[in-house]
Amino acid sequence: MKLKLTQSRRDFMKTSSGIALAGAAPMFFMKNAWAEKDFVNNPGDGKSVTLGFNVPQTGAYADEGADELRAYKLAVKHLNGEGDGGMMNTFKPSSLKGNGVLGKKVEYVTGDTQTKSDAARSSAKRMVEKDGALMITGGSSSGVAVAVQAYCQEAGVLFMAGLTHSNDTTGKDKRRYGFRHFFNTEMSGAALGPVLEKEMGKDRVAYHLTADYNWGWSQEGSIKKYSEELGWKTQAAVRTPLGAGDFSQYITPVLNSGADVLVLNHYGKDMVNSLTQAVQFGLRDKQANGKDFQIVVPLFSRLMAQGAGENIKGIYGTTNWNWSLEDEGSAAFVKSFGAEYGFPPSQAAHTCYVQTLLYANACEMAGTFYPPEVIKALEGFEFDGMGNGATEYRAEDHQCFKDVLVVQGNDNPSSQFDLLKVVQEVPRAQVEYPADMLGGELGPYEKS
Amino acid sequence: MDALLLQLLNGLDKGGAYALIALGLTLVFGTLGVVNFGHGALFMLGAFCAVVMQKILTLSEKVKDESVTFFDAYKEVPYLETWFGETGTMIIDWSVPISLFLVIPFMMLVGWALERGLIKHFYKRTHAEQILVTFGLAIVLQEIIKANFGANPIPTPAPDIVAGSANVGSWFGMGDNLVYPWWRLIYFIFSMIVIFIAFAFLKFTTFGMVVRAGMQDRDTVSMLGINIERRFTIVFGLAAVIAGLAGAMYAPTLPPDYHMGMDFLVLSFIVVVVGGMGSLPGAVLAGFLLGILQSFASMNEVKSILPGIDQIIIYLIAVVVLLVRPRGLMGRKGVMED
Repeated sequence: MKLKLTQSRRDFMKTSSGIALAGAAPMFFMKNAWAEKDFVNNPGDGKSVTLGFNVPQTGAYADEGADELRAYKLAVKHLNGEGDGGMMNTFKPSSLKGNGVLGKKVEYVTGDTQTKSDAARSSAKRMVEKDGALMITGGSSSGVAVAVQAYCQEAGVLFMAGLTHSNDTTGKDKRRYGFRHFFNTEMSGAALGPVLEKEMGKDRVAYHLTADYNWGWSQEGSIKKYSEELGWKTQAAVRTPLGAGDFSQYITPVLNSGADVLVLNHYGKDMVNSLTQAVQFGLRDKQANGKDFQIVVPLFSRLMAQGAGENIKGIYGTTNWNWSLEDEGSAAFVKSFGAEYGFPPSQAAHTCYVQTLLYANACEMAGTFYPPEVIKALEGFEFDGMGNGATEYRAEDHQCFKDVLVVQGNDNPSSQFDLLKVVQEVPRAQVEYPADMLGGELGPYEKS
Repeated sequence: MDALLLQLLNGLDKGGAYALIALGLTLVFGTLGVVNFGHGALFMLGAFCAVVMQKILTLSEKVKDESVTFFDAYKEVPYLETWFGETGTMIIDWSVPISLFLVIPFMMLVGWALERGLIKHFYKRTHAEQILVTFGLAIVLQEIIKANFGANPIPTPAPDIVAGSANVGSWFGMGDNLVYPWWRLIYFIFSMIVIFIAFAFLKFTTFGMVVRAGMQDRDTVSMLGINIERRFTIVFGLAAVIAGLAGAMYAPTLPPDYHMGMDFLVLSFIVVVVGGMGSLPGAVLAGFLLGILQSFASMNEVKSILPGIDQIIIYLIAVVVLLVRPRGLMGRKGVMED
């Protein structure tokens, strides 16, 4: 018998195509498997993934940092299928299953930003390089957010920003690897403008006291822009040193300046001090130009409102979220957080909790932890049930667009936590702006 | 004119705080020869005495807060209000002035403990070492306060009756535009009283005479058989009490937080240097002078000519004074010149 050892060209093509197809078959059943390659802190076959929570544990914003950390711990608990699930039950569309992320248990490490850019960057670096953090999140300052975001872009690790309100975070300093759920000064101005018109009229003269750093300038610019569009005049915009403590020498010129509105572009301790002292100088009860004198604090926080005590009564401002909202997402989160800690969450806690869930969900959607694919899953992602109504992570600048709350210090609080009254939920359409308005470049998907 | 008078009042009020802190610093430096960078923390501790007194007076029973429906929340109803009704509310309202009765013994005790437990071991060490150890002490005190009270400012309001503003203009027939907060006026008067008592104590008592003699020549006083060390311990306690009183009364103006002492410390050192190291009248004079100049430099009219002058005026004055009078305005010969 003679064996036929030669193959026809047709047979060869058939065989090789079959082998290639069989070899590639699993890739078709594995989402984005083509993109799967090695990346920083790839968990591989490990049973867990580590997230890095970079919050101010010392310094002026330590209380906000503590609340952020509480929210992160709660989010980890819910992602791992423990507790009542919180907003995981209301978040839609959701790919989260309550079995960790992509079947891996979520663990975490923490860092202390100290509300200092260099310290925040160092702690993020430590969490990435030594602790194996796959994603960094947190912070309570725009300076910190911008610095950590830049580091994360270099390192090829995602950064889900915590509380950062300056336009720059998703404006001129935006990065492909950085995402912000919190609103910004532009959105505060757009939301506040119409409410100020309704409550105070078009014929007003404003006097700005502004914290002399990046966020303060950004906030002053937005409020001036929107208030002057209403017809308001700006009498003066005075810069005050950060952490001035005693603002009396800046407040006394307001008394006889001819202004009838004082805008305090201050946050944190500066806000507490300047507002307290403005009220002590009688500005809240003063009459000017035949009208009631008004004080506006563009960015309000419940934790800061506690520091200002009675002085916040009647004062207008904006906030990203408030625990008194009654939508099902907010109710689920407040119930879960309240049961765990005995008090309602702050807006900082809310944004951090949401960011953690959004990251986890994006990994599930992408079917991988590979950052470029997770980024693509987040870009343009539309969701609801997280406390701010229908929300979108805009692909062009990584800024979340959602309803913004205009609030007022509560004159008659019904409970010890009821410090801010929601005056209006300003719809998302009113606070949206063109993606290229604030400048900046996102940069590449792949780590350079 | 109104603007000038308002800034003058601001300066007197601010200067009152500077002068009180600088007075204690100078006392300690003049007697013990110690550069105490922990003095700002003593000011902060005084403010927290007001916070503690407020917490004591508002000790409360927890009552279920029915207005919170999402979870089990509890509100606090002060026992004083439950037991004494409106009288209880009034006592709580006066917590800051009442806290002065806590400040005096507590700060004296703190001063004594710090001097005996730490400072006395550094009398013969260099000023650099003294600065390091007292600065470390300040950080420890800050962190203790933060661990117990958090990092956020704590509202500590003045009594309702003095919470508003006084129509200062009408007192002098200048119209209704010149208003100034009652509590700041009270603070200025209070600082003047404390300064007067401290000077009277040092001037008219035997103890004060010995301390003043010790400031001039410690060795000679010791050779006369006087236990100058024991008196210096009391002086440290006295300086701590003055800083504490200044802090407690400042609490309604600046809601206390753990870092407030550091904010005042650097300025107060400049006050001491400008006034003259070791000179008590110099410290008081420089305190008010720098407070007033800082306020005037913050006027928009001044800043439009010299932008940023409000933030450097104190340092600028210090440079000029040290160039013209190297020992400060009222400095004594030989102090820190070895």
